[in-house]
Amino acid sequence: MNANGETIIEVNHLVRRFGDRAVLDDISFNVHRGDTLVIMGGSGCGKSTLLRHMIGSMKPTSGSVKLFGEEVTGMSEREIERVRLRFGMLFQSGALLASLTVGENVALPLLQHTDKSPDQIEEIVKQKLQMVGLTGFEDLRPDEISGGMKKRVGLARALALDPELLFSDEPTSGLDPIMTAVVDELTLNLTKGTHMTAVVVSHDMTSAFRIATRMIMLGHGSIVAQGTPDEIRNSPNPEVQQFIHGKPDGPIPLNLSQDEHEHHQYVKPRPFAWARGRFHGRTR
Amino acid sequence: MKNYLLLNLSILYWIFIAPFKGQFFKIAPIFRQMVFIGVRAAPMVALTAFSVGVTLAMQAAHSLESLGAQIYIPDLVMLTLLREMGPVLIAVIVIGRSGSAVAAELGTMKVSEEIEALEVMAINPVQYLVVPRVFAMLVMLPALTIFGNYIGILGGWAVCRYALDFNTAGYVLRALESAETWDLYSGMIKSVVFAWLIITIACNAGLNVEGGAEGVGQSTTASVVESLLAMLVMNAILTGIFFFSA
Repeated sequence: MNANGETIIEVNHLVRRFGDRAVLDDISFNVHRGDTLVIMGGSGCGKSTLLRHMIGSMKPTSGSVKLFGEEVTGMSEREIERVRLRFGMLFQSGALLASLTVGENVALPLLQHTDKSPDQIEEIVKQKLQMVGLTGFEDLRPDEISGGMKKRVGLARALALDPELLFSDEPTSGLDPIMTAVVDELTLNLTKGTHMTAVVVSHDMTSAFRIATRMIMLGHGSIVAQGTPDEIRNSPNPEVQQFIHGKPDGPIPLNLSQDEHEHHQYVKPRPFAWARGRFHGRTR
Repeated sequence: MKNYLLLNLSILYWIFIAPFKGQFFKIAPIFRQMVFIGVRAAPMVALTAFSVGVTLAMQAAHSLESLGAQIYIPDLVMLTLLREMGPVLIAVIVIGRSGSAVAAELGTMKVSEEIEALEVMAINPVQYLVVPRVFAMLVMLPALTIFGNYIGILGGWAVCRYALDFNTAGYVLRALESAETWDLYSGMIKSVVFAWLIITIACNAGLNVEGGAEGVGQSTTASVVESLLAMLVMNAILTGIFFFSA
C-alpha cells in the first residue's frame, strides 16, 4: 500500500540457530512507514523469536535487522536504548509491573524518559487509558484487573511515548469481540492518522485481515507466503488456506511427534542428558 | 559466576559513574526498599538478638562460675555480640527474610516478562530495580546490626540482673569498659560487606531465573544457600584480617 514510503524495518537473510536447529531460516522482508504488517503462523513456528530479534533483545546467528535505517544486531546496550525510545512494544501477557498501579505503569516511560511535569503526565496517562477504553482504572493494581484489561493497559503503556513503530504480540487474544474491534480501530487510526507503523503477531484471522496492509505467514522458521491481505486470501498455497480458514485437515500436520517438535523448536539440552538417555534405553 | 561479576560491575557503574553523566539515581525507591528490607525485619532481628544475648550470658555464667570470674560476663556478651554474633546472626535473618524475598520478587518479574518489558522501554533493570535495593541493604543491614547489638546486650543484662547478683549500673559499666570502638567498627565493616554479598547474590539469582515458577523456587533457594556460605566464609576471612593478623 505504502510501498514507496520510507522503510522502517529491513530484515535481511535473518538466521537464528539454537544448536543445529534453525528456528529462523533466511527471513527477509521490509516494512514501510504507515504499514501494518501482520505476522501469522502456528504455535512454535518462530513468530515470537522473530519479534525478539526485531526489538533487539536477541542476537541473530547471521543476517541483519535494520530499524529506522540503523543496524540493531551489532548495537551496544547504550545505542539500542536510543532506538528503543522510538518504538513501543505490547507483550503477549501485557508484562505490567505488578508492584505499580495501572496509572503508574502507563506513566513509567514518561517518568523515565521525559521532563514532563506530574500534571502533564497524569493528563497523558488519562488520555492513553481512554484510548484503550479503560477510563478511571488508574489506581487499580494489575492483579485486580482481567487478562484482557492488562493487555490493553500494556498497549496504553506502549503508546505512552507516541512511538513511530509499535510491536504487538497477539494484541487481541483474550479480548472479547467488541474490545478486539476497539483495539483494531485504534491500530488503524494510529497507522492512518499519525503514520505509525505496526508489526502485529496474531492468530486472530478476523482481526488480522481487518488491520493488515501486508501479511507474512511463517512456517518451520521460513516465510511460507507474504503479500497484501488480498494476495494472502487468494493464495493457492494449501498451507495458507488451511491456516486462514482454520481447518483441521491439510498440509500442516496436526500432531507433531516429539522428534519433529524438537526439530522445529529448540529444546534446551538438559544436564546429564546422556545419562538419562541410557536409563530410557536411548543411545546418543 | 560470570553473570555475577558482570552484575557487580554494572552496579558499580550505576552508583559511581552514571551519576556524573547526569543519570542520578532516584531517592524514593531507595526508601521504599529500606522499609521493606530493613524496617519490617526489625521485630525478627530483635527477637533473635535478645535470645542470643540471653544464651551467651547463661553459657558464660555457667563456664565462668567455676573460675569465680562471673564479673566478666558483660565483657563476654559485649565482645561476642559486637565482633561476631551481631553481624553474623543478623545477616542470617536478613538473608532468610529479605534476601530470599528479593530473589523471588525479581525472579517472578523475570518469568512474567516484566524485566524484558523494562529493557524494551529502554529502562535499565539494574538501574531501576537493583540499585535501590543495593543502597537499601547497604544502609539497613548495618543499622539492624547496631539495633540487634543493643537488644542482645539487653538480653545479657536481663540474665545478669534477674538471675545473677549484678546490678544494672555494674553491668553497663563493665560492658562499656570492655569494648573499644574498634570492636564496634569491625562489626560494622563486616556488616557492610555482608550487605553487598547478600543483595548482589539475591539480585543475581532473581535476574537469571529460567523456566517458570519452579525456576523461581530453585533460584530463591540457591540464593539463600549461596548467601549463607559466602557470608560465613567472608566472616572467617574478615575476622582473620581484623583480629588475628597483627
